Amino acid sequence: MTATMEPEVGKGRLRKEDARLIAGRTRWTDNITLPGMVHLAVLRSTAAHAKIVNIDTSAAKEMPGVIAVYTGDDLDPEGAIGMPCAWPITPDMKSPRRPVLAQGKVNFAGEGVAVVVARSAGEAEDALAEIDVDYEDLPVVLGLENALAEDAPLVHEELGTNRNALWKFDSGEAGSGGDVEQAINEAEVVLKRRFRQQRLVPAFMEPRSCVVDPTAPQLTMWSATQIPHILKTMSALTLGIPEHKIRVIAPDVGGGFGGKIAVLPEEIMSLLVAQKLGRPVKWTESRSETMAAAHHGRDQIQDLTIAAKRDGTVTGLKVELMADMGAYLGLVGPGVPILGAFMFNAIYKIPAYHFACTNVFTNTTLTDAYRGAGRPEATFGIERMMDELAAELGMDPMELREKNWIKHDEFPYTTVSTLTYDSGNYEAATEKAMQLFDYEGLRREQAERRERNDPVQLGIGISTFTEMCGLAPSRVLGSLDYGAGGWEHAAIRMLPTGKVEVITGSSAHGQGHETAWSQIVSDQLGVPFEDIEVLHGDTQSSHKGLDTYGSRSLAVGGIAVVKAAEKVIEKAKKIAAHMMECSEDDLEFSGGKFTVKGTDKSTGIGDVAFAAFMAHDLPDGVEPSLDSEAVYDPENFSFPHGTHLCAAEVDTETGRVRLRKYVCVDDVGKVVNPIIVEGQMHGGLAQGIAQALFEEAVFDESGTLTSGTFADYLLPSAADLPSFTTDRTETPSTTNPLGVKGVGEAGTIASTPAVVNAVVDAVRHFGVNDIEMPLSPMRVWKAVHSGEKAAGGPGAEAGGGLGSIDATHGGAQ
Amino acid sequence: MRITVTVDGTTYTDDVEPRTLLVHYLREQVGKVGTVVGCDTSNCGACTVHLDGHSVKSCSVLAVQADGCEVTTIEGLARDGQLHPVQQAFHDNHALQCGFCTPGMIMQSIDLLADNPSPDEQAVREGLEGNLCRCTGYQNIVRAVRDAADHMRPGAGPEAERVAGDAGSRAASSVGGGGE
Amino acid sequence: MIPAPFDYVAPSTVDDAVRALAEAGEDAKIIAGGQSLLPVLRMRLAAPTSLIDLNRIPELRGVRDDGDALVIGSMTTHYDVQRDPLIAEHAALLAKATDTVADPQVRHRGTFGGSIAHADPAGDLLAPALALDTEMVVAGPDGRRTVPAADFFEDFFTTALRPDEILVEVRVPKHTGWHAHYEKFNRVAQAWSMVAVAATVRTDGGTIAEARVGLTNMSSVPVRARAVEEALVGRPATAESIRAAAEHAAEGTNPTVDGNADVEYRQHLARVLTGRAIQAAMAG
Repeated sequence: MTATMEPEVGKGRLRKEDARLIAGRTRWTDNITLPGMVHLAVLRSTAAHAKIVNIDTSAAKEMPGVIAVYTGDDLDPEGAIGMPCAWPITPDMKSPRRPVLAQGKVNFAGEGVAVVVARSAGEAEDALAEIDVDYEDLPVVLGLENALAEDAPLVHEELGTNRNALWKFDSGEAGSGGDVEQAINEAEVVLKRRFRQQRLVPAFMEPRSCVVDPTAPQLTMWSATQIPHILKTMSALTLGIPEHKIRVIAPDVGGGFGGKIAVLPEEIMSLLVAQKLGRPVKWTESRSETMAAAHHGRDQIQDLTIAAKRDGTVTGLKVELMADMGAYLGLVGPGVPILGAFMFNAIYKIPAYHFACTNVFTNTTLTDAYRGAGRPEATFGIERMMDELAAELGMDPMELREKNWIKHDEFPYTTVSTLTYDSGNYEAATEKAMQLFDYEGLRREQAERRERNDPVQLGIGISTFTEMCGLAPSRVLGSLDYGAGGWEHAAIRMLPTGKVEVITGSSAHGQGHETAWSQIVSDQLGVPFEDIEVLHGDTQSSHKGLDTYGSRSLAVGGIAVVKAAEKVIEKAKKIAAHMMECSEDDLEFSGGKFTVKGTDKSTGIGDVAFAAFMAHDLPDGVEPSLDSEAVYDPENFSFPHGTHLCAAEVDTETGRVRLRKYVCVDDVGKVVNPIIVEGQMHGGLAQGIAQALFEEAVFDESGTLTSGTFADYLLPSAADLPSFTTDRTETPSTTNPLGVKGVGEAGTIASTPAVVNAVVDAVRHFGVNDIEMPLSPMRVWKAVHSGEKAAGGPGAEAGGGLGSIDATHGGAQ
Repeated sequence: MRITVTVDGTTYTDDVEPRTLLVHYLREQVGKVGTVVGCDTSNCGACTVHLDGHSVKSCSVLAVQADGCEVTTIEGLARDGQLHPVQQAFHDNHALQCGFCTPGMIMQSIDLLADNPSPDEQAVREGLEGNLCRCTGYQNIVRAVRDAADHMRPGAGPEAERVAGDAGSRAASSVGGGGE
Repeated sequence: MIPAPFDYVAPSTVDDAVRALAEAGEDAKIIAGGQSLLPVLRMRLAAPTSLIDLNRIPELRGVRDDGDALVIGSMTTHYDVQRDPLIAEHAALLAKATDTVADPQVRHRGTFGGSIAHADPAGDLLAPALALDTEMVVAGPDGRRTVPAADFFEDFFTTALRPDEILVEVRVPKHTGWHAHYEKFNRVAQAWSMVAVAATVRTDGGTIAEARVGLTNMSSVPVRARAVEEALVGRPATAESIRAAAEHAAEGTNPTVDGNADVEYRQHLARVLTGRAIQAAMAG
């Protein structure tokens, strides 16, 4: 180790995590087998809204291998347990109790009704068929507008309404801008549009799973979760188990994308059943259960009004949303659309702004966080509006954006929605993107294709986005009535042999924390990358944390690691000074060594760690340890931004869309590991593009999810996506010592409107100004040929998948 | 029913129910938990293994159907501590994030390269159409497979993965296995 | 998800299989490649009491030359069909359609006969089987009989196979030297065909001498686009005459409606894709 080593931060390190993952030496929750372990299977409601008249479990209890069968009343006779919602967005928010298993009534198809415990998973599943549930159908509430209609039946009679909450922000009232109604009245141009954010399934690849061992000294729960720490505290609060008697472990977790930010009824159920039986239990869901019972994402109707001058200056924006919560409130579900409130104004200087969101209950699977959470919806809305306004004004859409965006010399900039963007350079990212894309060349080709009436038309879509991430300053969360802070914890253990253990409260599930945190610590402490082990996801070793979501790991958790390292050095400095018989002020620390200024006398941090371990000769009053911990609460969000450009070909004869070129230049601030950043971009783009073109969770009239398998819910494979051109500019954040921003959600947030804008641009000359997502070939074709913008949906069936198989008449073989 | 199956070079004789899927047999009876289950409909491909040298989705094969067969899983690829070139290429090209799809992706990529030792981008994308990944957007997976192709000499490497049976048949995992 | 329990037999001859099927009773099912059946069993959409596995019957695998026809064993895998030299030479349409079936893993395991007997109207091998005037050879307790493709497919997932019969062979009249293409339209690579067109034509000089066109998923069974065939025969093989002929593609079709496509759109696609299929066949 020398002072001349090149910095680890910024290096494209290959990941430490990979070694076990590429060899199959993995520790997914479902891999865990414990002595005496039994298996749970959950009977799920086939009805979307019904009274439960009777549940007969007697036959199921007689089935081979069955140990017990429980209903909601068996597990919670008092009806006292409710699944937690941690984000009461308004004081008068309506919050129904969500039981562990339905009691008296089911409110969505897929809700748990009973649970079988058996010696094997197969036997548990066999017994499900023997449970007899007598339902009495109630009217099914589907669709936001239907649910809000005057005489609509109610999802929860006791609430007296399907309205969950109304959340508002108004720049006139807040004093952060003008009055939007006035801006609209005085505008030279006013444009209104309604957009629909279809419902999506997060579709992490690892189905959810949970193992509970009640025989361990602490009640131990392994779970495929993004939030082991929150899960521990919430389990304690929900069940009244003393918090110090619970240990939660998130072992290898196969993706989350927001879909594993939840406290599951099945987790609570597993805790209850394991304690009842006194033996370990495992619950692992099937994919069909994931689709119907795990929370969904998005599902909004957006009514937008934009006011502008003829020269393109935007003068006001009014946003009125309806957001579908599903049948109950998820852990942070009601707050998800509210995150969008701060992002509709995006990178633009909009002088007057109004946002109102009505959250609504329906008899559907609940919605909650999905990659981007509120910000993709907002970005879609504003970026689609900018293209529509440009078309209305006859301006080039990039020129219109440039006219309105915050210039690089205007940072820090406080927006109309009261956030202060610390840094950014939209001009630089855009210039680079336009070059990589060959904007002018593609515009020429577009004109030529139009000219010759080519059956394949070309369109160009733009999305110049920003987002707020690095969730979050605790005081801001407090002002939004969020039920927790936004800090993160880290600890560093200096081992006697000079090796280092880093503990983080961020819980990784694919992001590469072990690699990135090692790089950060290597620079901070001057120890080799290989000598650092990162521990996470077990509340016994990582006792404190707020986990991973909202692109917060690096910008909050990573900074906590820096702060902990600074404390290690402070502690080591005292001992080093004592060892070298000098004053602390005479020491400088660099490259892992304390050097007496102006001399070549030095001692390595490993030697200091060993001295602390031996503790034979420490200065008076100094504890024999360098170990340190820190909790970091960010002072601001971070604001990554970027320019995404999409060229789409539309086959006007079939409506098929082909992405011809996708270029994005993102600015995520300082980069710790460019390889990981690029990977995050690719994956984010794929999910955002999939929303634009392929994916939709669809319910039929009875509230049954018809896109309930991977054969029906269309995830893109490698054959369905293009290669992306990704690049970066680097404008450091000024609010944290690494200058980092966050990258986990950027690609998803930015790409959806870029794709839709490109498709609409390709066919705008046919009179098309919107097509509902997903842009299925039929929708595009009908938009071109008959002006219908939402053919086949909502309520459309994905079709053609496994659902098409008629098993009873199914041919043999 | 009693079956005898060779998994990653070791022969096992076990009693199984006829309804036991090959993937559940591998995970629960043989202990090969590196192979995972991601769906119910054979779409995701996470459970892909090689059955007598060809990639199959082990959720869509019964364990009894593998009686007398040889199975190679992700856990049987490395030889003498040396990663298979495709495993190495997945690491080198950051072709995985959460890693759940990775066993299936690697097993299918090896099969693909056995059929087409130097695929272009489109051929790789089509060859992996039966495997879903939610993290990577596939770009680095495609890059990894092409990178592996560059590092593999068809026919080179250690013994074929099949330890018995017709040596002339195509054994996907043996192609270029183990590097030079 | 785990299938409900069932009994399992794996006979080694067709005769044994027919006997086993008779003995197992009406709730038995045959398993061929199992690539459609096993997901159905896992989802417990079906729960047969026994499975008769055809995988250990060697006589059901492979392709042989039988004079003016090829004979394809029902248990020949898609992977083998794709690579069979006889099929490439005499029934290129089948090879091209098989290339589009599912994904590589499924093609390793799934079988030609299994797909035919499953009779999913969105399946990709039914329309080529119909267009090529194939014949299904089925074995039952009373011996073997032959059913022409046109009579074999009766409805969604329903064929002329009786509950006690097994599809053992498919006879494919040779179409040596015919141009062929299978044009498939789906939303993502893993999705089933919304519409697909199987087209094969024989040219004589610059003129189309014979044409056969089958449509996938345009009805509860595969459909022969006779009007297109008639419009093509005797015409010069030009873009213009192909386009004109393709306009007849939707005649007599009765497609289902789902979220991906209504009747109008499916019929429109049938016309567009038919034109493209024939063009591509000529170019190929």
